[in-house]
Amino acid sequence: MNSALAQPAPIPWEALLPLIAVATTGVVAMLIEMIWPRRSNDVIVWVCIVGLAAAAGCVVYHWNLPALESFGPRFDNAQGSVGGGLFLHDRFGQIIQLTLIATAFLTVIFSEGYLREKRLAFGEFYPLVMWAAMGGMIMATSRDLLIVFLGLETLSIALYVLAGLSQKDKRSQESALKYFLLGAFASGFMLYGISLIYGATGTTNVAGIPALFSLELPDPTAVNVAYAGMGLILVGFAFKVALVPFHMWTPDVYQGAPTVVTGFMAAASKVAAFAALIRFLDASMAMKDVWIPILTVLAVITMTVGNLIALAQKDAKRILGYSSIAQAGYILVAIVAWAKAKGMPNLTIGYETVAFYLIAYTVMTLGAFAVLSSAASKGKEGTLLEDLYGMWRRAPFPAAMMIVFMASLAGVPPTGGFFGKLFIFFDAVNANLVWLALILAVNSVISVAYYLKIVQATLRDPEVHPTKFAPVNVGLFATCFLCAIGLFAIVLFIDPLKSWLGG
Amino acid sequence: MNPYLPIIILIAIAAVISTVMVVGSWLLGPKKTTPYKSAPFECGVTPLGSARERFPIKFYLTAMLFILFDIEVVFLWSWMAVFKDWVDAGSPMAAYSFWAVMVYMFLWFLGDLYVIRSGALGWEESTTLNPEKLKNTTEFEDETVVMVESQPAKVGI
Repeated sequence: MNSALAQPAPIPWEALLPLIAVATTGVVAMLIEMIWPRRSNDVIVWVCIVGLAAAAGCVVYHWNLPALESFGPRFDNAQGSVGGGLFLHDRFGQIIQLTLIATAFLTVIFSEGYLREKRLAFGEFYPLVMWAAMGGMIMATSRDLLIVFLGLETLSIALYVLAGLSQKDKRSQESALKYFLLGAFASGFMLYGISLIYGATGTTNVAGIPALFSLELPDPTAVNVAYAGMGLILVGFAFKVALVPFHMWTPDVYQGAPTVVTGFMAAASKVAAFAALIRFLDASMAMKDVWIPILTVLAVITMTVGNLIALAQKDAKRILGYSSIAQAGYILVAIVAWAKAKGMPNLTIGYETVAFYLIAYTVMTLGAFAVLSSAASKGKEGTLLEDLYGMWRRAPFPAAMMIVFMASLAGVPPTGGFFGKLFIFFDAVNANLVWLALILAVNSVISVAYYLKIVQATLRDPEVHPTKFAPVNVGLFATCFLCAIGLFAIVLFIDPLKSWLGG
Repeated sequence: MNPYLPIIILIAIAAVISTVMVVGSWLLGPKKTTPYKSAPFECGVTPLGSARERFPIKFYLTAMLFILFDIEVVFLWSWMAVFKDWVDAGSPMAAYSFWAVMVYMFLWFLGDLYVIRSGALGWEESTTLNPEKLKNTTEFEDETVVMVESQPAKVGI
């Protein structure tokens, strides 16, 4: 038997250390909750903070490790076939991993206060966040479609549970069920696409796609099957990053889930899914004549629909939900420009625009949800715009930071969001997509209206005197502060950052 | 000729026969309805009420855990199928895969412990290992406890 002589593939463990660190942190956090369930979750929070810091340390320590195209075990032991190991190691993966670790870190910092106020301080929250982050990290560091799928499910299943954390709240239940059903549906699409790609190329690694198309006479059936598979995988990703018309779940899920979960979900799942999507598209460049028009149309309707519907919303979480849909449209513009530039002489656009915008998006979205979460009190939480009235009185610092985050989301200079959009704009113009860039600009202008609504709500005086609110906890302060710092820091260090991201 | 044609013909015949049977008995059969006959279950016992009542979600939890155990067996089975070959051939994959599966089983065991510890297999509803967590933890005057109270299981007749 051939497999009897198979050799275990050598594994460069140092490249996997961040993943292992985050997963282990989750396991340890679960063990603590299991063995020693105390009234306060402080120990678990500290363990998670230390574990995430260690994971980030692992990424940074091995920053200059040479990029590895693929490593680790592989599904097919046949010699000479295309594809390779299950994991890869490169700068883009490191950046996304760091972003996800930072997302989990900030979420953990500001969650405890919110969960206590909302009376759902389950210790299980923390391990689930860790494992969700790990799933996202896996998605960002693999070119094997099955491993990407595995990461996606690890991320999603943890998020389904987190969305339903508030057991007494009907909205939260609805959110979890909706997310689960539609997420499972999307996973089905994706899995079907993966199986078609496997059927066409003979490997689950995306490296099989360019190999198929570079054949002198590719089998026409295989090519057709590959196109179908590509389309289905795009549908799966479009669900996950909430592109119109696959966005229906987003506002309901974002509104119903506990605010800390929404923040984490909005940031982590979008970052991870976009990272995996761009890697997949990179491999299927041979089919770009088909997917560039599709993605262009999706980008236009995603931006427009997201922004227009957001205008009519009365709930701050729903507004941010639609805003995240619109933001996904902006990122899609960057992806389209990047793909267009691939075929053009003397123009190279790397992953850096997408990566930069993803970082900026993470920081500002998470910050905005962190500020919103300060509205929770005594087991209740109001997220309507009216509930934000008077926030500048009870929580002046978060309210001030809200202005910063909203400015950044709307793209007001000199925030990270502005520069992110600027880069996307330039990329689109350089790639001869001036009309797309103009649509993006018009949409940014529209979006200012609803971002201003949130700012105005936080600065308004309430009509009724507000009920007592808990003092804003340290974690929330820290998150707001770190997010705001991050938004300006990425602008200050724009040059080194872009050269890293491009590298 | 297409080799699938006989199958399609077979399906068509089956569809026609079953349709004819159902429609025929519906058209030709005598219809004498009595209240008992038009009841959802014509088995002699009068229905007691709506079947759409709430029942403990425990069933689903047990089902979900069963699927997890199922998957575990699938993993172990496929590993077992090649493990012996590797051992016989003296392949380095034997030791390698053994430790890989051990790591997997260790994590599995931890999860299993958590399931037992949190009472997921018990009949009572359980929310958290320390219900104190869900109580008021700030210094506000009202002590509203938001907690899922354990209720005796209600099983329909």
